[in-house]
Amino acid sequence: MTALIDSLDPKQAHVVSEWKQDRPLNGVRIDPLARYVVGVSENAVASRFQLSDGTRTAMAGGYQGWGRALAYSTEGRYVITGSTDGNITWWETASETPAVVRSVVAHKGWVRSMHNSPDGTLIATGGNDNVVRVWDAESGERKHELFGHDSHIYSVMFHSSGQWLLSGDLKGTIRQWDLATGMEMRTFDAKKLHTYHGGQRVDYGGVRALALSPDGKTLAAGGLHEAPNPFAGVNKPLILVFDWETQEVKQECTTDAVERGVIWRLAWLADGSLMGVSSGTAGILLFWNSEKNGDFHRFKLPNQARDMDLHPDGIHVATAHHDNHVRITRLTAKVKDSG
Amino acid sequence: MTLPYPCQSSDHTVARRGFLGTMAATGAGAIVGGLGAFTQPVLADQLKHQQKRLVIWDMHGGLSQLESWDPKPGTETGGPFLSIPTSVPGIHVCELLPETAKQMHHLCLIRGVNTKEDDHGKGRYKVMTGRKQVPGASDPQIGAVAARTLMPEDYALPGHIVISPGGGGGRSNDASYLGPRYASVSLGGGKPPQNSALPDNITVEVDAARQEMRRRMNERFLTRRRTSIAEAYGHSYEQALQMMSQRDVFDVSKESTQDQERYGKHDLGRNALLARRLLEHGTPVVKVTHSNYDTHHENFNFHIEQLGEVDQAFSCFVADLADRGMLESTLIVVLSEFGRTPRVNYRYGRDHWSKAWSVVMAGCRIPRGATYGETNDKGTEVIDGEVDHANLFHTYLAAAGVDTTGSFNIEGREVPIADPASEPIHDILG
Repeated sequence: MTALIDSLDPKQAHVVSEWKQDRPLNGVRIDPLARYVVGVSENAVASRFQLSDGTRTAMAGGYQGWGRALAYSTEGRYVITGSTDGNITWWETASETPAVVRSVVAHKGWVRSMHNSPDGTLIATGGNDNVVRVWDAESGERKHELFGHDSHIYSVMFHSSGQWLLSGDLKGTIRQWDLATGMEMRTFDAKKLHTYHGGQRVDYGGVRALALSPDGKTLAAGGLHEAPNPFAGVNKPLILVFDWETQEVKQECTTDAVERGVIWRLAWLADGSLMGVSSGTAGILLFWNSEKNGDFHRFKLPNQARDMDLHPDGIHVATAHHDNHVRITRLTAKVKDSG
Repeated sequence: MTLPYPCQSSDHTVARRGFLGTMAATGAGAIVGGLGAFTQPVLADQLKHQQKRLVIWDMHGGLSQLESWDPKPGTETGGPFLSIPTSVPGIHVCELLPETAKQMHHLCLIRGVNTKEDDHGKGRYKVMTGRKQVPGASDPQIGAVAARTLMPEDYALPGHIVISPGGGGGRSNDASYLGPRYASVSLGGGKPPQNSALPDNITVEVDAARQEMRRRMNERFLTRRRTSIAEAYGHSYEQALQMMSQRDVFDVSKESTQDQERYGKHDLGRNALLARRLLEHGTPVVKVTHSNYDTHHENFNFHIEQLGEVDQAFSCFVADLADRGMLESTLIVVLSEFGRTPRVNYRYGRDHWSKAWSVVMAGCRIPRGATYGETNDKGTEVIDGEVDHANLFHTYLAAAGVDTTGSFNIEGREVPIADPASEPIHDILG
């Protein structure tokens, strides 16, 4: 593992695998034991791909509408899907044909975002009912119901300490919750990620991605800004990088790499750089460091990308694509066994 | 001396006799000039009671039929939303309209609309005029035609009102050859017409004196040079005075706090409530615009936002008109310039789609709790009951009691009220 991390070099990124299923994908997550990548898509069927060879197993019958979000319980025993019918559904991740363990009505309206706690004992969900809920990842018991947002919840993320939960909404407010008490502790101002367009009379943007740096000192919130025409998706990607302690924005990461871009997900890499996935005129992986606001590297993916997940090894990335593919990109120089 | 109108038309004189619709319209013996649009003279009280009104909900930009009236859940074109049952067994609508679903027993969904025009401007022209746009030609929009045929001659206020979420006021040019009297007056932002309050530095007495002076001068002018334009000019002054004296009609804040809460504390809620208020005060034609649905990008997010407002306001509006017995005499139409593509694009958007979309009607002669027309399982084509803009234009007017085989006499030229090559949807006209 150490050797792999040492080989991390985003400038050498290359796609090593691509696996197709039936419909455009909305989300992907790699299980904590790195056996599978599960994708949810524009239908009611999730897909599990074996990371070793891409073998696909369809996961159907758990929900209606579209799959939107994913999380795992401890050591990946269960993969939990969140869908636009408001349900969260537990599946046995590694069974030959993953069956539904349970399905719970989690939100009125879409489940937009899910995240599992660092130890996998809890999952958090955020939805269109403006509520954040925390669930026992094994039993499905509801542990917390967190009120306070006044718009759709676009992102949820556990703090790496396991003490706190963060949730970001359409209007650019990030709330920090104390998981012991369920009380709100403080808010981060990410309103630059929200646009109200007076002509089209719509709210647009939102905190679409949250990522905490490995040292816990920096919080990144991604989305979009400069949106003169939301209905046409005319906007630019933006990441606000907060100092965790002071809550001040210490960097605004932008890019000219992609037009009409939006940051769908963020991940901090072992070298301290920040990786984001954007759609727009292209699907693209973007890389920033603290030295400048603009990206220091960009890797164009073969198709529009809507989500990504960093492999536990820190050098592989799974991405969800509109052309029905899950792709695996390796962030190192090409090697013979890079698949 | 009274000089004849230059056009030698009787249109301008018959207009004074009133064009109030009745329930019983016939297709035979239509009299050129508009009177033939209605069949039986009735007493004034009955006219008042039976005066037909038209209210259009204009979903600007292209409302998605799949996220509203013709959902296709579980298909590759259906999008992420589910469908829900309505108050009429067997009819489902998109889950974004839960309150409207409870009013389905008042509505008629026209699900087989094919207008064959995916351009905003041209599509809007077709839908609003019932005709294809021809270079050099200009046709009156449905609101103006309805005002021309439904508005009592003695109606003092503007008979054709457009309530939009923003913008200014003033008259539009949507009446074409029907003339400015039938053109819409805009209430931008739902506010009363511009300049309809007496300036602070002019007293009522001073204003009355200057109006009297204007009238005398006008009469003197008309005795020598009476023209339709000059008369319309004078009429607009009188209408403005009436409007000033009845300014409260346009003031939605006069409605109860409870109703303002019910309709929603947003532009559309206020505008829908204002529409109800105007209709209750006898305005023959009202259009409420809701902007915007041109969602090439993130169609689903934006339809959640927009239809949340629509569902609240529209369901209250329909329920209130039904409760007040006004659906008997008021035709509600929900339209757009087209629908949106069944195919979802890579930006989670839907593009323009005129080939298979939906219009909703309620009231007057329209059957309640019904659907007409059908699209295929993916919503890409009409497979039964296909209708177009011309059929719909005929139907709106026919439902309000207008004989659409009639003509307007415009400066000696007979102009059909609606496209003579088309006809109403007879199956839904009870």
